[in-house]
Amino acid sequence: MSDIDAILNAGGANRPPSSSAASNALVFGWRAMLKFKHVPEQMFDLVMTPIMFTLLFTFVFGGALAGSTSDYLQFFLPGILVQTVVFNSVYSGMGLSTDLSKGLFDRFRSLPIWALAPFAGLMVGDILRHLIAGLIILTIGLILGYRPEAGLPGVIGAFTMLIAIGFGMGWVFIVLGLLIRTPTTVMTVGFSFLFPLVFASNIMVEPVTMPGWLRAFVEVNPVSLMTTALRGFMGGGITATEIGLALIAPVTLTLLLAPLTLWIYLRRE
Amino acid sequence: MTNTASPTNDPGRSPATAISARGLVKHFGDVKAVDGIDLDVPRGTIFAILGPNGAGKTTFMRMLATLSRPDSGTATVMGHDLVAEPGAVRSAIAMTGQFASLDEDLTGRENMVLLARLWGFRGRQATRRANDLLAAFNLADAAHKQVKDYSGGMRRRLDIAASLIVTPGVLFLDEPTTGLDPKARQDVWRMIRRLAGAGVTILLTTQYLDEADQLAARIAVIDHGRKIAEGTSRELKAATGSGFLNVTLVDPAQADAAVALLADALASDPHRNVEGGQVSVLANSANAANAAVGKLLAAGIELTDYSMGQPSLDDVFFALTGHPAESTDTQEGERP
Ligand SMILES: Nc1ncnc2c1ncn2[C@@H]1O[C@H](COP(=O)(O)OP(=O)(O)OP(=O)(O)O)[C@@H](O)[C@H]1O
Ligand SMILES: [Mg+2]
Repeated sequence: MSDIDAILNAGGANRPPSSSAASNALVFGWRAMLKFKHVPEQMFDLVMTPIMFTLLFTFVFGGALAGSTSDYLQFFLPGILVQTVVFNSVYSGMGLSTDLSKGLFDRFRSLPIWALAPFAGLMVGDILRHLIAGLIILTIGLILGYRPEAGLPGVIGAFTMLIAIGFGMGWVFIVLGLLIRTPTTVMTVGFSFLFPLVFASNIMVEPVTMPGWLRAFVEVNPVSLMTTALRGFMGGGITATEIGLALIAPVTLTLLLAPLTLWIYLRRE
Repeated sequence: MTNTASPTNDPGRSPATAISARGLVKHFGDVKAVDGIDLDVPRGTIFAILGPNGAGKTTFMRMLATLSRPDSGTATVMGHDLVAEPGAVRSAIAMTGQFASLDEDLTGRENMVLLARLWGFRGRQATRRANDLLAAFNLADAAHKQVKDYSGGMRRRLDIAASLIVTPGVLFLDEPTTGLDPKARQDVWRMIRRLAGAGVTILLTTQYLDEADQLAARIAVIDHGRKIAEGTSRELKAATGSGFLNVTLVDPAQADAAVALLADALASDPHRNVEGGQVSVLANSANAANAAVGKLLAAGIELTDYSMGQPSLDDVFFALTGHPAESTDTQEGERP
């Protein structure tokens, strides 16, 4: 411990210039990548459920629902991508709740940095997770015989849309993560409102056979609007209206919840 | 700060004062966590806040570190007002919280590089700063390990090192040695003394009376959110107005007789250790203690040793509050 004096002198004399908001955000993004390196098993959690869904729905219900398993896969795959992103946003809220319960954010908050930078980092991590999970699901779909009619440009458009969806949903769970003290409660609360949204949508079946009141809900359910856009991108024939409708929820969530996040975070004790 | 005070009279603006708090209050519902505390900490000193569980130590420190907003009262840290200039305060301080503020999944080095980058060190420089600090805190060998595999002592050292990326004017240490073994505790104490020696003002909280006694130039004793005493360790001990007479008996079988005699001679309840060979009792003066020892010898009770001791801070706490420092009145381990 003989170097402590030297350390303190160096830390006093060579004080770096204060860092910019953008560089702060990048540092937190780097943290998210390190998490991938050290906790690779998180990917397993993120893709197991959608893989099971894809296999079960395609092979168990596919024939009955769409006449043949290959027709059903063609219908179902864009939807399962939406479901994957929507469900997986829960994890960033759980991660945040864990960080907050450990005092890590106390250190971040006592640093002279851009207050929202840690959240920007969470978002970077989220987007990476969504991209990786999406690519894994798509690959499995391709192996099972799924073919995106719109080709590569369609797939790129679809993944861009997925990122926008993940970004918007991310705020919901950041707010929950800030408000709820235990990570598992974040998960329970998250899933209990995501399940109805995901299942009462057009991801698994077209709403034509549903009772009228349910169909009315399914048709305005943001998850349905997102799924329609994904199908448009990957299957071809996407329209500007479909893109606009799909983006309503992510844009609204971001506009409302980003300021709310900052407000809660700064007032949090 | 008051508008009327001239800069030289206002302790918060004085260059000799690191921390100056006036009437800080923080309530959580009915819980008066901090209930009007005044404090002045001179620069370059170690100042200890001593109090039992739930006394309000963490709450007080979090307000000074800008992590929690006071309900009322004012404070300056290194000349900057807490509420008006939180950014300037943050640039001048570092805090090592009660619970380790490290990313458990990352390695020790990654944690340090992350913080160095946030402070504005770039690329290579950040890595160099991280490595220098890890070496100085004997963590170079463990730098590549994930923090979740660190021992309690290593975590504490890393946590303190993480507070020194940029040398702070004031370092807040919330219970820096709670849960450490004696060796790790000594390491942390030595580190704290070195930091203070190098000019860093240190405000630490502790529940350990001997820790405050060992480290701090001044001590504030708080209980139920209020400061009940402040002074040097010597002053606090003197405030109880008495010392202790400790005697060691040649024959522990004589303990009962010795206790009875001392109780009578000094009009106070003696305390004896479990083996019975040692008895200690409050004595108001050295003369009274001397007379009591004379009576023991006259009664044929032989002593191997006797000494006059100052009261411990435990005794001080008891004298000030009427209850022992160890008694807890609230739940522990609350997430702040
Ligand atoms: N965020 C909070 N919400 C509600 N009550 C709180 C909160 N933080 C602290 N308290 C309460 O305020 C009181 C003081 O707590 P504080 O953590 O400051 O004590 P402490 O002296 O640090 O105790 P310890 O030695 O256990 O760390 C306690 O009764 C505690 O339960
Ligand atoms: Mg505490």
